[in-house]
Amino acid sequence: MDTLKKTPLYDTHVSLHGKMVDFGGWALPVQYTSIIDEHRAVRENVGLFDVSHMGEVMVEGKDAFSYIQGLVTNCIKSMTPGRVRYSPVCYDDGGTVDDILIYKLADEKYLLVINAGNTDKDYDWFCAHKFGDVKLENQSKDWAQLALQGPKFNDVLMAAGVEGELPTKNYTFANGTLVAGIPCLVSVTGYTGELGVELYCKAEDGARLHAKLMEAGKPFGLMPCGLGARDSLRFEAGMPLYGHELSKDISPLEAGLSFAVKLTKDSFIGKEALLKPIKRTRIGLKLLDKGILRDHYDVYVGDKLVGCTTSGMPVPTLDGSYAMALINIDDSDNENYTVEIRGRRLNAVKVDIPFYKRAK
Amino acid sequence: MIPNDRKYTKEHEWLLIEGNVAKIGITDHAQDALGDIVFVELPAVGDEFAVGDSFAVVESVKAVSQIYTEAAGKVIEINEELDASPELLNSDPNGCFIAAIEFTNLNEDALLTADEYAEFLKSEE
Repeated sequence: MDTLKKTPLYDTHVSLHGKMVDFGGWALPVQYTSIIDEHRAVRENVGLFDVSHMGEVMVEGKDAFSYIQGLVTNCIKSMTPGRVRYSPVCYDDGGTVDDILIYKLADEKYLLVINAGNTDKDYDWFCAHKFGDVKLENQSKDWAQLALQGPKFNDVLMAAGVEGELPTKNYTFANGTLVAGIPCLVSVTGYTGELGVELYCKAEDGARLHAKLMEAGKPFGLMPCGLGARDSLRFEAGMPLYGHELSKDISPLEAGLSFAVKLTKDSFIGKEALLKPIKRTRIGLKLLDKGILRDHYDVYVGDKLVGCTTSGMPVPTLDGSYAMALINIDDSDNENYTVEIRGRRLNAVKVDIPFYKRAK
Repeated sequence: MIPNDRKYTKEHEWLLIEGNVAKIGITDHAQDALGDIVFVELPAVGDEFAVGDSFAVVESVKAVSQIYTEAAGKVIEINEELDASPELLNSDPNGCFIAAIEFTNLNEDALLTADEYAEFLKSEE
């Protein structure tokens, strides 16, 4: 554990009795009390996650817009300062480098937020495709990031005290807002399928912000939440996770992310490959027999191997066991599948993704 | 939380031995490491296992864990309560066996006393 990287909140996790695990080289809590309880807290009340391991890359310069526009599959043309956009980043062959958030800070200044395990790889990729007047800076060590997620997130913010602009619209943000007196970039985003915000602050302010929010959140049932609940929440909400639904061998179109791949856009990396018809697609499965679906289980139609599960886990707020799977497109019209679990083929049926939808 | 009435393995199982029958369960340390247990795949009565075989599977929210036997023989009883209430392994690990094996061979070399198991836990920290 000593060789692992620590976020600015490491001591916070230890003092809250977080069960620390090696998560892609980072020492992070998989849970504090129980993944099930933490998952439920986010669905019913509110939860607080340390996501400071995420990477941040600042992009500045006169060519920042055209540089990013050529790097990502989504279109950033209509973005104004204060907006956030989700986008995959692809290789020339259409495989996925990463999926990222793009924050437009100013006309020539963007912050890219990337997956922790991909930070070095992404930064190298970004640097290799740099042109013109573009300055890149890997600021991952400078930022702490907390995700406050759940229906009562706003109560917690109000109780903690907010000075300055508080964005309300999905995928917008405000910079320089004081939360509990600490300067934050407040972003209306999340990875749980629930209402909430993500708060970016200076690394050295992270532990203090966490403590202030925990204190303010007491009356609202705020629970500190670990990576276990983060994974089960995003899974239930049908959100892809790099390394599972996306990888260098899986294109964003195969993963069902066509909303974030703008093939009408002028050239961008991977466009040629992404114009070809896809061979596989992401589907949802529900197990009919008793058991639990996990990732990397083979999926069959009759005796024919048609694909593989990419994520699966028990989800406390759903009955039964669910998985996402990558299936040959020609076999994906089937309703009935079998999944091989430890040598036995169990029956499963195709279901819609997401498995959970927030009541409006 | 480490009762003296039984033997332990380095895989964090316990064996409560009476005559030639071993009731096998998982230790408090094991349930704590696994977290919320949500599914137990039980063997069938009559199944036969050799020393070192996996005879059951315990799944928590986060992980799949094989349960091994150091007692070779035939399953004569299973804890069917675990089918409906797998979380009993979390709330009462020492009071909750998974299966009972009538053994013809017991791998004594792999078994630890309660004190030895406590020492082993310390060394693993």
